[in-house]
Amino acid sequence: MEALINIFVKSIFIDNMIFATFLGMCSYLAVSKNVKTAMGLGIAVVFVLGVTVPLNYLVNEYFLKPGSLAWLGKDFEKVDLNFLQFIVFISVIAATVQLTEMVVEKFSPALYGALGIFLPLIAVNCSILGAALFMVGRPYSLAEATVYGLGSGVGWLLAIVALAGIREKLKYSNVPGPLKGLGITFILVGLMSLGFLSFMGFKL
Amino acid sequence: MAEVAEKQVAEPIFSKKNRKLLTDPLNGNNPITVQVLGICSALAVTVQVAPAIVMSIGLMLVTAFSNLFISMLRNTIPSRIRIIVQLAIVSVFVILVDQILKAYLYDVSKQLSVFVGLIITNCIVMGRLEAYAMANKPWPSFLDGIGNGLGYGLILVTIAIFRELFGSGSILGFKVFDAMGITYTGNGLLMLPAGACMMVGCYIWIQRSLNGYREED
Repeated sequence: MEALINIFVKSIFIDNMIFATFLGMCSYLAVSKNVKTAMGLGIAVVFVLGVTVPLNYLVNEYFLKPGSLAWLGKDFEKVDLNFLQFIVFISVIAATVQLTEMVVEKFSPALYGALGIFLPLIAVNCSILGAALFMVGRPYSLAEATVYGLGSGVGWLLAIVALAGIREKLKYSNVPGPLKGLGITFILVGLMSLGFLSFMGFKL
Repeated sequence: MAEVAEKQVAEPIFSKKNRKLLTDPLNGNNPITVQVLGICSALAVTVQVAPAIVMSIGLMLVTAFSNLFISMLRNTIPSRIRIIVQLAIVSVFVILVDQILKAYLYDVSKQLSVFVGLIITNCIVMGRLEAYAMANKPWPSFLDGIGNGLGYGLILVTIAIFRELFGSGSILGFKVFDAMGITYTGNGLLMLPAGACMMVGCYIWIQRSLNGYREED
């Protein structure tokens, strides 16, 4: 249990998707103009990460890892499908996103109205595939992988809502013309990332 | 149809329009600083120059070839499932790049770690497929891919040169300041992702001051 909490806190604050690895920057910069939409996209990301990371963990464990096909019989013990990793992971992600979209549309039109436009965007959010690839590189169990996925999502949500809050206030300040918009946002992200550095070495 | 085909043949391979496809993304329509695509890797792989160069070449090839193939298939892909088709084609090329890097440039491949795989979800590739290849002929699409790859590479390498030179005092591993006989203590800020962010911010500032591009809020 302690290990799980540790992974959760670590993936939110120390290995924050945005501030430590810069994954999912494109939608992070594009959709952070106001807090409400940022919140919507953030929640969708938390959900998709929480589902796809454990799914990809299982796929990797039982299909892709060298020797993982042993459950099919002796002939398959030496099969190594690792080179298919990218295409399988991205298919799992795209399929999950598509499925989520359809389920949400059918059962909760209100939620669909709020999240609908963001869901397709998420399939190509680097943080989703990135989390899956990082997860493979670490010796996680299924529970740990799930917690890691959720934690990364929450970290991303935190980051995008924080930036959106700052950008809403930024409208009233006098930024030099060429720096307006993207330029100042980058510098802001840099400063926020410096702030998050203070969590480094933080241990539960 | 025959007319169209003839016209295409008549158009020189490097006509003015096609040359513009290559040069536009370098400044006026740069994928990173103007279209705001593909930021993640731009910040993550620019600590040193060598991985930045390898990454740019990889991305350029992936963008160009997936543009080419999607453009050839553009009339047969049903629009409802086009994202999955695009992802499938892109990931084939990314797998190729990844396997080649692992075979011939193992050290750089280790350094780039997950970022080669992340070319699949690099917004430049998807963005160009959606915005250009789905509506244009194969050859211009191919050039568009190369052009955007070059624009991406330009920024990556510029930022990497600054970060490596002032962050660790070397370029491509060659100790510049030591060779000149100056003792230089690396600037730790530039080695951090935060430094990269601020550098991109300043790059955008300088570029927009020069070309007069302004963003409306």
